[in-house]
Amino acid sequence: MSQVVHDQEVSDTGQEQLISAEHSNASLTSKIGDIVLKQPSPKQWFVALGFGLIGLSGLLVSIAWLLYKGVGIWGVNIPVGWGFAIINFVWWIGIGHAGTLISAILLLMRQRWRTSINRLAETMTLFAVMCAGMFPLLHLGRPWIFYWLFPYPNALGLWPNFRSPLVWDVFAVSTYFTVSLVFWYVGLIPDLASLRDRAKKRIVQVAMGFLALGWRGSASHWYRYESAYLLLAGLSTPLVVSVHSIVSFDFAVSIIPGWHTTIFPPYFVAGAVYSGFAMVLTIVIPLRSWYKLRDLITIDHLDWMARITLVTGLIVFYGYLTEIFYAWYSGNVFESFMMANRMAGPYSPLYWSLIFCNGIAPQILWWRAARRNIIVLFAMSLIVNIGMWLERFIIVVTSLHADFMPSSWDMYTPTFWDILTYVGTIGFFLTGMVLFVRLLPAIPIAEMKHLLHQKMHGHSHEPEEAKA
Amino acid sequence: MEKGNKVNPADETRGPSKMPEPRRVTISELRDRLKNGDPGVWRSLEEIADDEEVKAFLDQEFPRHTAPWMGEMDRRQFLRLAGASLALAGLAGCRIRPIKEIVPYVKAPENLVPGIPKFYATALTLGGYATGVLVESHEGRPTKVEGNPEHPASLGSTNALTQAMILELYDPDRSQALTRDGRYVTPATFESDVKARLRRQIATGGDGIRFLSPSGSSPTVERLFARLQERYPKLRRHYWDAVHRDSVYEGARLSFGRPLEPVYRLDRANVIVSLDGDFLFEGPGSVRYSRDFADRRRVRKNSPAMNRLYVVESTMSVTGGMADHRLALRPSEVEAFAAALRSAIRDGASGSDAHGAFLSAVAQDLIANRGASVVIAGESQPAAVHALVNEINALLGNYGSTVQWIEPVVNPESRLESIRELTADLQDGKVEMLFILEGNPVYDAPVDLQFGEAVRRAGFSVRLGLYEDETSARCRYHIPMAHELESWGDSRAFDGTASIQQPLIEPLYNGVSPIKLLAMLLGDERSEREIVKETWQLAGLGGSAFDDVWSATLSKGVVPNSAFVAEDVSVSPFTAATSRASSSLEVRFKPDPTVFDGRFSNSPWLQELPKPFLQATWDNVMMVSPRTAERLGIEIDLSAVVVGGLAPVAELTVGGRKVKGPVWIVPGHPDDTVTVTLGYGRELAGRVGNGAGFNACQIRAQEGSWFAPASLALTGEKAQIALTQHHYSMENRGIVHEMEIGEYGHEEHDAAHEEMSLYPDREYDGNKWAMVIDTTLCTGCNACVAACVAENNIATVGKDQVIRSREMHWIRIDRYFDDLDNPRYVHVPVPCMQCENAPCEVVCPVAATTHDGEGLNMMVYNRCVGTRYCSNNCPYKVRRFNFYKYTLYPGTWDEETPVTKLLRNPNVTVRGRGVMEKCTYCVQRISAARRRAKKEGRPIRDGEVVTACQAACPTQAIVFGNWNDPNARVTAEKTEPHHYVLMEELNTRPRTGYLPRFRNPNPALKEAR
Repeated sequence: MSQVVHDQEVSDTGQEQLISAEHSNASLTSKIGDIVLKQPSPKQWFVALGFGLIGLSGLLVSIAWLLYKGVGIWGVNIPVGWGFAIINFVWWIGIGHAGTLISAILLLMRQRWRTSINRLAETMTLFAVMCAGMFPLLHLGRPWIFYWLFPYPNALGLWPNFRSPLVWDVFAVSTYFTVSLVFWYVGLIPDLASLRDRAKKRIVQVAMGFLALGWRGSASHWYRYESAYLLLAGLSTPLVVSVHSIVSFDFAVSIIPGWHTTIFPPYFVAGAVYSGFAMVLTIVIPLRSWYKLRDLITIDHLDWMARITLVTGLIVFYGYLTEIFYAWYSGNVFESFMMANRMAGPYSPLYWSLIFCNGIAPQILWWRAARRNIIVLFAMSLIVNIGMWLERFIIVVTSLHADFMPSSWDMYTPTFWDILTYVGTIGFFLTGMVLFVRLLPAIPIAEMKHLLHQKMHGHSHEPEEAKA
Repeated sequence: MEKGNKVNPADETRGPSKMPEPRRVTISELRDRLKNGDPGVWRSLEEIADDEEVKAFLDQEFPRHTAPWMGEMDRRQFLRLAGASLALAGLAGCRIRPIKEIVPYVKAPENLVPGIPKFYATALTLGGYATGVLVESHEGRPTKVEGNPEHPASLGSTNALTQAMILELYDPDRSQALTRDGRYVTPATFESDVKARLRRQIATGGDGIRFLSPSGSSPTVERLFARLQERYPKLRRHYWDAVHRDSVYEGARLSFGRPLEPVYRLDRANVIVSLDGDFLFEGPGSVRYSRDFADRRRVRKNSPAMNRLYVVESTMSVTGGMADHRLALRPSEVEAFAAALRSAIRDGASGSDAHGAFLSAVAQDLIANRGASVVIAGESQPAAVHALVNEINALLGNYGSTVQWIEPVVNPESRLESIRELTADLQDGKVEMLFILEGNPVYDAPVDLQFGEAVRRAGFSVRLGLYEDETSARCRYHIPMAHELESWGDSRAFDGTASIQQPLIEPLYNGVSPIKLLAMLLGDERSEREIVKETWQLAGLGGSAFDDVWSATLSKGVVPNSAFVAEDVSVSPFTAATSRASSSLEVRFKPDPTVFDGRFSNSPWLQELPKPFLQATWDNVMMVSPRTAERLGIEIDLSAVVVGGLAPVAELTVGGRKVKGPVWIVPGHPDDTVTVTLGYGRELAGRVGNGAGFNACQIRAQEGSWFAPASLALTGEKAQIALTQHHYSMENRGIVHEMEIGEYGHEEHDAAHEEMSLYPDREYDGNKWAMVIDTTLCTGCNACVAACVAENNIATVGKDQVIRSREMHWIRIDRYFDDLDNPRYVHVPVPCMQCENAPCEVVCPVAATTHDGEGLNMMVYNRCVGTRYCSNNCPYKVRRFNFYKYTLYPGTWDEETPVTKLLRNPNVTVRGRGVMEKCTYCVQRISAARRRAKKEGRPIRDGEVVTACQAACPTQAIVFGNWNDPNARVTAEKTEPHHYVLMEELNTRPRTGYLPRFRNPNPALKEAR
């Protein structure tokens, strides 16, 4: 087995390159599988894990303090009842969306370029949803009775209030997490079997063998696997749209100026995909360099993601313009004040930063050269992540801090604990991602082999084609 | 030992014990050992109990009896234990009833039904003047003060200070033991010491005895002093009040040749002119005056007319905020205005000075309403102004109709003169025994007297006070004083009406009342009750039927026919030349709207009560006008979306004395004037009041007791003040509808509710609770807020939490103004709107806030998980959230204070951490009325349910009742042509409605506003 190392940037030939030509089935398996089985971790991996663990400890400390003292350690107040917690919740949920979109919708649309990044994106989804899910629980005044939001049979004969979007949230997010987890796991099965077969250590063999659920790679396995995968993709597809639509209902169903608007569902979904792709870029760009995966996650992949970022960014920007238009066109004093206050009020620097991050900066992606420049792309992905966080800050805070009664207007200022909790979830996310890369195949081996097969033979063996 | 029998001997072998030493023993083993010992003597149990093994066994069996810790005691642990002991000791020592009765009732006390509160009539005093109150008592715990409808100073209402006196009663920082030079001594030690000294004074006729006290109106105290004076003829009494009324009595001396007290009949006045008098908010009778004033201002279908109020003032006062026309002058300019007004009325001379148009309009209006007008001078204005005003009222023929003169209710001696004499005597060493009863003169006496130093010269000094404060620290003895709610007494109201004060509870902290102390000095061993009773028996109350009249008096709270009769007066014209206005910046002193002269400094309720016009809490500030601020270079952008509370700090210099404090801009404040309020900067107030604000007494000298030339300079520092309202413009959102009286009835409001929903309206066939608030009548005094806090167990959160915008008040008074230099103020009390389409209810995920069958928007604390979504979605932002466990939040209380738990209303849940809360329309009062009505088999009567805010409101601006009842007052108010609800366009359909703010401008001054 020849260990082929392809680490040079695949040349820009004008022809789409989703996998470099030198790869064989064997080299693919060893290249991806060895990250888990053999290859010692690069030192960047340890650095990243270190940062992740520091953040994670911060998260644990801040959660402990929160539970001990109460939600007053945060900057929330009356009128701004929701602060960092809900901002971060929406931000993390949005980030998760790229994973589902890549794995489900792009699969159904037969976008082959999704193959090498889908596993990473799905994992990112899982951890992002975990981070997101923490916040609605922690932000409760009495988090220990969070389960009252679930409809479970109880002695009081009480149901949750099904009219409340927060209850819809519970269903949306938990469904989303479950489906994403199953989808991710099912996709992993053939790869786990490959690793089981290649592993030298007994413990790895047992662990991988246990997780591979007895996969032998028989034709009937493949047949059922492909059907299940496709079905799950079909199940996930509406979730891409529904989850963030429902999250947007938390705002849109209320009567607060700046929240009560019908454009929120599509605008939130677009924003979610936008931020999700940015986050995938943020993760993939360093990873492909640390693990020398430039031949598997090629510049064309990045180009594709940049295009989607641009498109969804334009939708988001259109959303902003629509908000402004309606603030004027509705003639509603509360709406127009809200918009004027965003633009010129105490939080206006954040609003204009948001416009820069999500409206102006992404326009650079119209240029092919920019899309194929790693540094530009990485910087861009960070800008988008910041921009999308700012968007949620603007929506949550500027709408609440000055709503209907001028007498109640007040400022929201985050506290140290707000920031530590947020940084803590980033630490949790980083820890999770870093451990995943080390413990499971970050790129789907089996699917890459499909891709290789197609590349070599010019056709594929996807189930629906077989049926046709 | 039955329990022990169940222990299986096998237990010994079961389960490893973490501590190998000492070995565990079992019951049966113990039994064996006992058998082998002396079986007949049970004491042997104790003997074996000394055994280590047995101890371990007992610890295991009865862990509660184990010593709580074995290791060393650190500071925290000590404090925790001390707190716990205090908790237990406090509860046991509360003396709700005599100790021997603290067992379950074998025979229930007569007339006491557990769960049904009783109300006792008594009186609470401020500055010596009584307000009759009814105090709610739950199984012996007084919990709430209500006004006494029978009492002329209350008519059922109270102000915020009276509401908070119930908290003062329970204040855990009140002094709790008799001390000498700061160390505890027994009362007997004090008694023998003081009596020995008094005996020595007999020889000199009591020449060395001095008493110092603030104004008091108690006939019993006067009688005891008279008895003392008999025994010690040369004994002298002195008086000091930081908020003194020297100029009122001096003005009366100038006009009538003797000190008299004015009583106003505002119900008879069409035109009221106030010269720096805040008669709606401060001073004797202000609650009653508010009612009379409001009754002439309540614009309704059957009486669409109102009185007219002109205010000329040197600060921004509650009364000024209500004015139809207001003129802001520097304090020293008011005298000239008064003189000009006198000339205009006497000689018909038209004003020619800068305020000529205003002055002649006022004069014309007054002349046109002869006998139905009144001019009121404030106590901060010099005697000359009072004399001028007395003359004006006489010229207008107001005596006998709108103004009456009565004998002074309190001693009319000049307070400044009195304390000056005492200080001189102290410095000359003439004072051998000094008794300071109440008050806090070391803190608030004129600074140039250096009274604190002088007190040390007294050979022997005794202080009777609620708190061990600045004055106590300079006296030999401190005696804890009993609260007015803990002792028998008597006092008089602003019109002389007397009330008997009954104790609601035994003294919590071993306090003694002034009556008790004086009786002790006299060697009178009888109880206070007997002494008070004797006073009234001697006064001839009820004649031969004394006992019957006495008990009727106690239950009514008012001594019948005790009001002073109006004196016949003839006014001598004021001839002296009026003093010239000073040209420099002036400082104007004012009692603080919440902590008054500092006596309420330690009250968290009052500290957290927003100050009218400032909406600031926990601090006093230096108030200046926008123009003065501009000149000083102060930058506070009052038009900002959110005005932060960061205030520039300035140094205020008066006569070479300096004090530093935050400056705040108050639109409507006169230019070149700085208003500072008293009562802050306390050092020994208690845990709540210490260190809050700056001490204005440090620049308040004998000269310029109320105003003085001053200079103000910024220091460059900044201070954070805690505001509860950060935006001052209504942004044209129609929160208050402002109208002129002439517009009444025009442009009928479309009362018909337009169907805006696909669903049919919910039917309310029983009661349908609703509230109407008249913004014309709201003075912004905050009595409703204080009453709500007291009724609903509302937590105080401390300055830092107010800064974080987390105050818990269920009702708030929003205040808006329209202009910086010549503003019109409006006040809007905002409780929960109890919307029929409540936005909060839809969004709660756990259905913790729901609608009930009478239209109340209920808050179910037990069900609340604390998402705060309801608050976000509430357009009125009336919901409050327990971000911390505010019931013992350290910003206010350092530790668990069990004694304050006695204060809680047992019918209102105490909310824990993480729970949303809001105004309930006092649902507990509705339930009580419902129970009563059901028992009697009748519907709830109109007026039977009175919410706490409604009851307290001095102007009765709030009306509450059943909207389904066509004859209810609230229904009538709802059908007023200009009734409106807040933000009707949101279709929340609030049950709380408002009536517009009517003004009655003088057409001649319309342009000038």
